[in-house]
Amino acid sequence: MAKVHVTTSVNGEEREVLCEPHQSLLDVLRDELGMTGTKEGCATGDCGACSVLIDGRLVCSCLMLGVEAEGVDITTIEGIANGSELHVLQRKFLEHAALQCGICTPGFIVAAKALLDTNPDPDETTIRYWLAGNLCRCTGYDKIVRAVQDAAQELAYEA
Amino acid sequence: MAEAHDYKVVGTSPVRPDGVDKVTGRANFGADLNLPNMLHGKVLRSPHAHARIHSVDVSRALELDGVYAAVSGADFPSGAEGEIQGEGGGTVSDLAQNIVARDKALYHGHPVAAVAAKSPYIAERALELIDVDYEVLPAVLDVDDAMADGATLINESLHTNGDQSKPPSNVAGITKFERGDVEQAFADADIIIEGEYRTPTAHQGYIEPHACTATYSEEGKATIWCCTQGHFDVRSMTAGVLGMSVGDLKVIPSEIGGGFGGKTVIYLEPLAVKLSEISGRPVKMVMSREEVFRATGPTSATHSRVKVGAMKDGTITAASAWIAYEAGAFPGAPVGPGCMAIFAPYDLPNFRVEGFDVLVNKPKVAAYRAPGAPQAMYAMESAVDDLARELGVDPIDLRLQNAADEGTQAPYGPTFPPIGIKKCLEVAKAHANYTTPKGEGVGRGISAGFWFNIGMQSSAEVRLSEDGTVTVVEGNPDIGGTRASMCLMAAETLGVPYDTVRAHVGDTESTGFCNVTGGSRTTFATGMAVVQACEDIIAQCKQRAAATWDIDADQVDWTDGEAVPKPGVNVDVKPLSLADIAGNAGRTGGPILGRASLNAQGAGASFSVNMADVTVDRETGKVDVVNFTAIQDAGTAIHRAYVEGQMQGGAVQGLGWALNEEYVYDANGEMENAGFLDYRVPVTSDMPMIDTHIVEVPNPSHPYGVRGVGETPIVAPLSVAANAVRDALGFRIPDLPLSPPNVLAAIDEREGA
Repeated sequence: MAKVHVTTSVNGEEREVLCEPHQSLLDVLRDELGMTGTKEGCATGDCGACSVLIDGRLVCSCLMLGVEAEGVDITTIEGIANGSELHVLQRKFLEHAALQCGICTPGFIVAAKALLDTNPDPDETTIRYWLAGNLCRCTGYDKIVRAVQDAAQELAYEA
Repeated sequence: MAEAHDYKVVGTSPVRPDGVDKVTGRANFGADLNLPNMLHGKVLRSPHAHARIHSVDVSRALELDGVYAAVSGADFPSGAEGEIQGEGGGTVSDLAQNIVARDKALYHGHPVAAVAAKSPYIAERALELIDVDYEVLPAVLDVDDAMADGATLINESLHTNGDQSKPPSNVAGITKFERGDVEQAFADADIIIEGEYRTPTAHQGYIEPHACTATYSEEGKATIWCCTQGHFDVRSMTAGVLGMSVGDLKVIPSEIGGGFGGKTVIYLEPLAVKLSEISGRPVKMVMSREEVFRATGPTSATHSRVKVGAMKDGTITAASAWIAYEAGAFPGAPVGPGCMAIFAPYDLPNFRVEGFDVLVNKPKVAAYRAPGAPQAMYAMESAVDDLARELGVDPIDLRLQNAADEGTQAPYGPTFPPIGIKKCLEVAKAHANYTTPKGEGVGRGISAGFWFNIGMQSSAEVRLSEDGTVTVVEGNPDIGGTRASMCLMAAETLGVPYDTVRAHVGDTESTGFCNVTGGSRTTFATGMAVVQACEDIIAQCKQRAAATWDIDADQVDWTDGEAVPKPGVNVDVKPLSLADIAGNAGRTGGPILGRASLNAQGAGASFSVNMADVTVDRETGKVDVVNFTAIQDAGTAIHRAYVEGQMQGGAVQGLGWALNEEYVYDANGEMENAGFLDYRVPVTSDMPMIDTHIVEVPNPSHPYGVRGVGETPIVAPLSVAANAVRDALGFRIPDLPLSPPNVLAAIDEREGA
């Protein structure tokens, strides 16, 4: 099966890649572009470990084909920090001990960023429903929700 | 019992050393390694829950372009002997047959063959070209069927407790404990409570599927990278299955994306090594989520009967339990720990427990957080709740009246040193979530929990760098913040700031032997090794200082990270800091390296009390958790936030088990819900905040009082949820999970709908 040439933008950098037509965007990111920060937990869109932003919109990269990434802007966990400065969500996840094993963390941070980009002042219920597509088996979610609340508060204070 | 201790860093909550890598996507987990020239391996799995395998032919698969190796059971050594050294135990022979079936497939998903190809896609196509001749046999799917007279035998040569004089059976073993005169005590009791309970097959549900990469060299040595809770155990198990020397295997642990006991065993590693040996190329194997559900992990479903006898004044005088645990396709259900844990919170003069290790055609069970205890204590704590209702007394008061204490002989033998069960109950009684009256329609449940905690073998090295920074090297994969707890204990012992200490998880060749990260042993046992290695460093630093000052080493004290002359020693010198001594090490005898290895004794039991308020929607059967309170004796909490995190995570995992999670099988033994959509673990919107209260009754056997915290949190939530639903509905539903369809069916049955 012939590979397909795809030109896309990953974390602001133009990338060209040859995809198998059946490859998910997740597999293209991980296996073709070597960006393993985005994780696979299920490959069926149920766990959110593979969350990325496509043109600012939250997407499970396991549910999108690589060939569909032609011409879009992709943001992955590797593009969340600003150079050597962590994003406030990354800092708050660390300060609140909002990760234990850490496998779901990239997906949660990407999903939470999508939330705060669209709703800078979410209440607890909004946060819980927004993040309901991301599974964490270690933390019981308590510290994750608190980290996102605290990040929102700091962003509001800075604004 | 927050004893006044004046620790400087122990008990704080600093950012973990591996944290930045884990919030930036830089940390490498099991599936993140790629090697040059690497192939991708895939597993062909049995489509039958029970079948004789007459032949496996991989020749057509090997003809497919891009396929470089294919193996089946015939390619692996037969007749492997010996016991597995490790947490789960069992025989090498059973493990080898679980890795790849030989003459029988014993569960739907049992590996039958494996291939390696240049892409995962080609490997999957190759699996379709493998020809297997099966003779389908009847599937045995629960303990009742398995134990019935005339049941289909899963292993025709298995005899209960190895007794060859009896006919073969699906019951691999029976465990019994007894004390006192149980029958007389029941006869003398004023009140008898009896209950019969079931818990479902449930999965650990770690988010990271099993993954490994192996490379086999021309000189017969292999290297494995994998996500595991214990790479030394991966080494010994893989060597056992392949008939290799452990000296020819090197295992490098990646970061690990959850395990909860399910990554203390191996599935892929011997297949990957064998495929690499045949192909001469590195082979990577990653399970799909469906494979994780069908072929790994689960914990035992159980069927149990409990009887409790008490006097009118509330004294529990007798208890008995009969518990049958599903082992899956091979012996090894956590019967022993379950039977030893069931009555642990109570000072009981008369009791009897019988536990059964029962084969069924399901995947071989693996350890799951406090293995065996949640199922057993679910039954007992439900019965105790019913007893409190029958007596009309407060359930916390009833437990306080009967609670074990320091000096009580534990049901499993030893006499308890200081333990925290009473303190936990007192905290619960006074907690705002208990003293606040429950709302309209709200049910409130409470339960005790318990886990032994374990010690086992650990090693640690502590190295001083020339600028005085400290590197701790140990061999326990960091599954939930143990690098941070090691650094905290090292910093406390050495008297240096936390941020001058680094922690490194060494592979099997770069650090001494450590048993698995599991059983809540790492902060206890490996922590003890780290503390001893730091004490070794201090002793050496005192010698270096003494040599520098031309006095005896026993004239030197170590205070706040510095060598100082003991009071009364008449020398005019400035204190020497760790950095001073490290920087001068080349002139005082060479690099400074501390080490310790031990088989840790004196693990401290950790008790908990959990409570929750729930509501039940009588039209849908949905249970909502309004609040949840986790109270647990951690001994000393080394990293407070991660102790809280263990309590919160275990609570939610236990609530998932209680309220939703179960393997649903069709009549042929195929799991019908092998994905996260249908095997529904709790999500963020299902849960409230989880209130925690850490009780600290220090364990006298650990230098900082650590007990271990990770297992106990999952034990009580099952009975908490069940007792709360009982309170809300006015009647008990004894079979978990209390999922909407099950609860609705129970309500309808009750109301005659």
